[in-house]
Amino acid sequence: MSSKLVMKNISMEFPGVKALKNVDFSVNDGEVHALIGANGAGKSTLMKILGGVNKGFTGEIFIGDKKLEICNPHDAKKEGIVVVYQEVDTALISNLSVAENIMLDYIVNDQKNVFMDWKKIRKEAKEIIVKLGLDIDVTRLISSLTLSEKQMVLIGRAVFQKAKYLVLDEPTAPLSIEETNRLFKIINTLKESGVSIAFISHRLNEIFAICDRITILRDGELVGEYDLKDLTMSDVVEKMLGRKLENTLPKLDVEIGDVQVEVENFSDGKLVHDVNFNVRKGEIVGLSGLVGAGKTELCRLLFGADKLHSGRILLNGKDVTPSNSAQAVKNKMALVPEERRKDGILVNENIETNLTLTTLEKYCKVSFMNTKEIKQKAKDLIDIVGIKTPSEMQKVANLSGGNQQKVSIGKWILSDADIFIFDEPTKGVDVGSKSDIYLLIGELAKRGKSIIYASCEFSEILGITDRTYVMYDGMISKELETKNTTEEELLYYSTGGVENEK
Amino acid sequence: MKNKIDKLKYGFSKEGLQNFDIFDFLYKYGTLLVTLIAIVFFSMKLEFFFNILNIMNILRSIAIVSLMAIGITISLTVDGFDLSVGAVAGFAAVIAAKFMVVWEFGTVPSIIVPLAAGVLIGGINAFLIVKIKIKDMLTTLSMMFIITGVLITFTGGSSIYNYMPLPNNGGIAPGLMNDAFLFLGQGKLFGVPFPVFIMMFAVIVVHIFLTRTKYGRYLYMTGGNKEAAMLSGIPVNKYKVLAYMLSGFFAALAGVVLASRLGSGEVNAGGPYLMDSVAAAYIGFSVLGAGKPNVFGTIVGSILMGVLLNGLIMMDFPYYSQDIIKGLVLVLALGLTHYKKRG
Repeated sequence: MSSKLVMKNISMEFPGVKALKNVDFSVNDGEVHALIGANGAGKSTLMKILGGVNKGFTGEIFIGDKKLEICNPHDAKKEGIVVVYQEVDTALISNLSVAENIMLDYIVNDQKNVFMDWKKIRKEAKEIIVKLGLDIDVTRLISSLTLSEKQMVLIGRAVFQKAKYLVLDEPTAPLSIEETNRLFKIINTLKESGVSIAFISHRLNEIFAICDRITILRDGELVGEYDLKDLTMSDVVEKMLGRKLENTLPKLDVEIGDVQVEVENFSDGKLVHDVNFNVRKGEIVGLSGLVGAGKTELCRLLFGADKLHSGRILLNGKDVTPSNSAQAVKNKMALVPEERRKDGILVNENIETNLTLTTLEKYCKVSFMNTKEIKQKAKDLIDIVGIKTPSEMQKVANLSGGNQQKVSIGKWILSDADIFIFDEPTKGVDVGSKSDIYLLIGELAKRGKSIIYASCEFSEILGITDRTYVMYDGMISKELETKNTTEEELLYYSTGGVENEK
Repeated sequence: MKNKIDKLKYGFSKEGLQNFDIFDFLYKYGTLLVTLIAIVFFSMKLEFFFNILNIMNILRSIAIVSLMAIGITISLTVDGFDLSVGAVAGFAAVIAAKFMVVWEFGTVPSIIVPLAAGVLIGGINAFLIVKIKIKDMLTTLSMMFIITGVLITFTGGSSIYNYMPLPNNGGIAPGLMNDAFLFLGQGKLFGVPFPVFIMMFAVIVVHIFLTRTKYGRYLYMTGGNKEAAMLSGIPVNKYKVLAYMLSGFFAALAGVVLASRLGSGEVNAGGPYLMDSVAAAYIGFSVLGAGKPNVFGTIVGSILMGVLLNGLIMMDFPYYSQDIIKGLVLVLALGLTHYKKRG
């Protein structure tokens, strides 16, 4: 009997969003099957259904001819389906040893004896580690492991659970090239022993290196299932994106001046390596790249929010490298962070407080606040950035995502900052507010500011930037003139493509 | 393999020696080192410190702290925190005394009932935490107030002792704390105070329970990652309840020993031990780089606290300055643990 895993006609709705529409997905015996799609295409949703985490979907799942009922992770595990999610820490018990984490199922469910059989547990865990070709001391605590080692422990656990179907959700995103190669070796070993693997990745070269077939999703719909032998990288990109998107993004005409900001050899020693770039006066420079490429880390690093390993920033030739965020503000920098609710605004305060926070000192006399002036400034700002609100006393938590983002940007408008760093400013923002935000950024550029715009949305990068740097694996892999590039080219370099190889 | 042999021989592997990291070393051995330094320092400074009688004295004084600290340690394994142990110990002490001195119940019930009361209070704590979902620290803090208040009401604030006058001209208390009961706290076996044996026994049993039985590991799993533990099939709430019941039990045991040692039941007898036990349990995190609650570490912690306290008293340190030293040691231990965690 065939033991092909088939998901048929899967649909799933989240409040307000149709995440998956009649998607089919299947993995043959002992194959590595790639699942690919742009951010938000529904890859993770589909795999979470398979793993029993997402409930309330419609459609059917089969192994061979047997129909499965998967209602929770336990059901999935019983059928030999194990999903290794990207956030490995949620599945590991960090204060226990590697051996215990690998043998977790045995310890909890099968161990009859009251006393722990440490000898057996350590021996069997060791065997699995050796089988995977690894060298990790099984008595070490999980908390002392690197991210890739943690991943290996989870794969080890799957091996122990005799997983027949292993789903790896973007396992390589945080890994170095060396670690990725090691993972691939393990994937091949598992494949040889008859495990079927579903492999999610944004990196095309990886998919071509180890996968047999590929399923492509776009906006929650199935594009198709193909044999990878029959496709080229650019075929895959084209199918992922569908037709080329119309450029409807508003862009102001701004005169671009001389180089104002120079970033040299920026590294944090972990996720950002030796980044060099420059921004001219009035220029919007894109930082393009996929999720996990190191854009957010770079933005935080530029703003002094994380510890710098090496490098410096020059503003008009003067060293303004901040050692903390307060200094960054003093040195005329502004950051609109990605996690707006967490880092960008005080959600439980009103709009007035939020908008005047960064420039509060200007409205103070001998440390006492001039409340009248503050109120006026807040009202002006609400007009300027176009926040839709009944009053400046409205709590920010009650605003829509788009308006919250306008607050997050608006608070910098009156500051004297020369360098503006935007990290995914349109994430979770509705279409109308999006173009407001683009215009606002354009206005800032017009006033001679230098704008750094980090985004994983290629259409955005193409629409509003003048130049863009593509990041891959914490490094800048390519500098492109926005005029002369395409979405395909951006995706190509973002997925680790190298020049002259196209 | 060679590394393993080296590790056995030298306490650390050759490989480890090559990229020797002073912080890593301190993280693992810092607490033991401080304990050792304290002992050597006091031994050199004080004539009578390293004297068999004084050592017994130190051991006896840490026995009660250790029992309470074991309770806290168990609550910490499930990522909880039992602040009520001091009050529970006081509660148990008063019940034990009341049973013996006023109600004349005999030795066995006077030990069993307070222990059962401790378990019951642990159960109530767990109920509030697991079902009502109040935060651990707040629950046990409230419980601490409640128990202390109940006790003062119950005793009228006075302690219970042999031949105590009963209220309303009831004459003197009829019962006595008998020798068997008093042996728990005051007796000696082979020249060693009996509470030390109780402590040692508790340490060994709990150590085996936590490291060698699957139930002990379930406690750690519950505390380490509740979600993952639940998904692997551990009834996490059940183990939280178990942890608090055990915590209550050991606190009550400390209270019984305390009543026996003092020969009386005093409302506030347990309170002063609370901070020392909390410190001991947290110092335990840093012993041998465990990074998590463990009984062996807890014992090292309470030995360190006991040695410091004893030495400082012998050096005529005023009691309020002793708190400064205790606080500093705790900060040091917490610093070692948390700095590592972050890095």
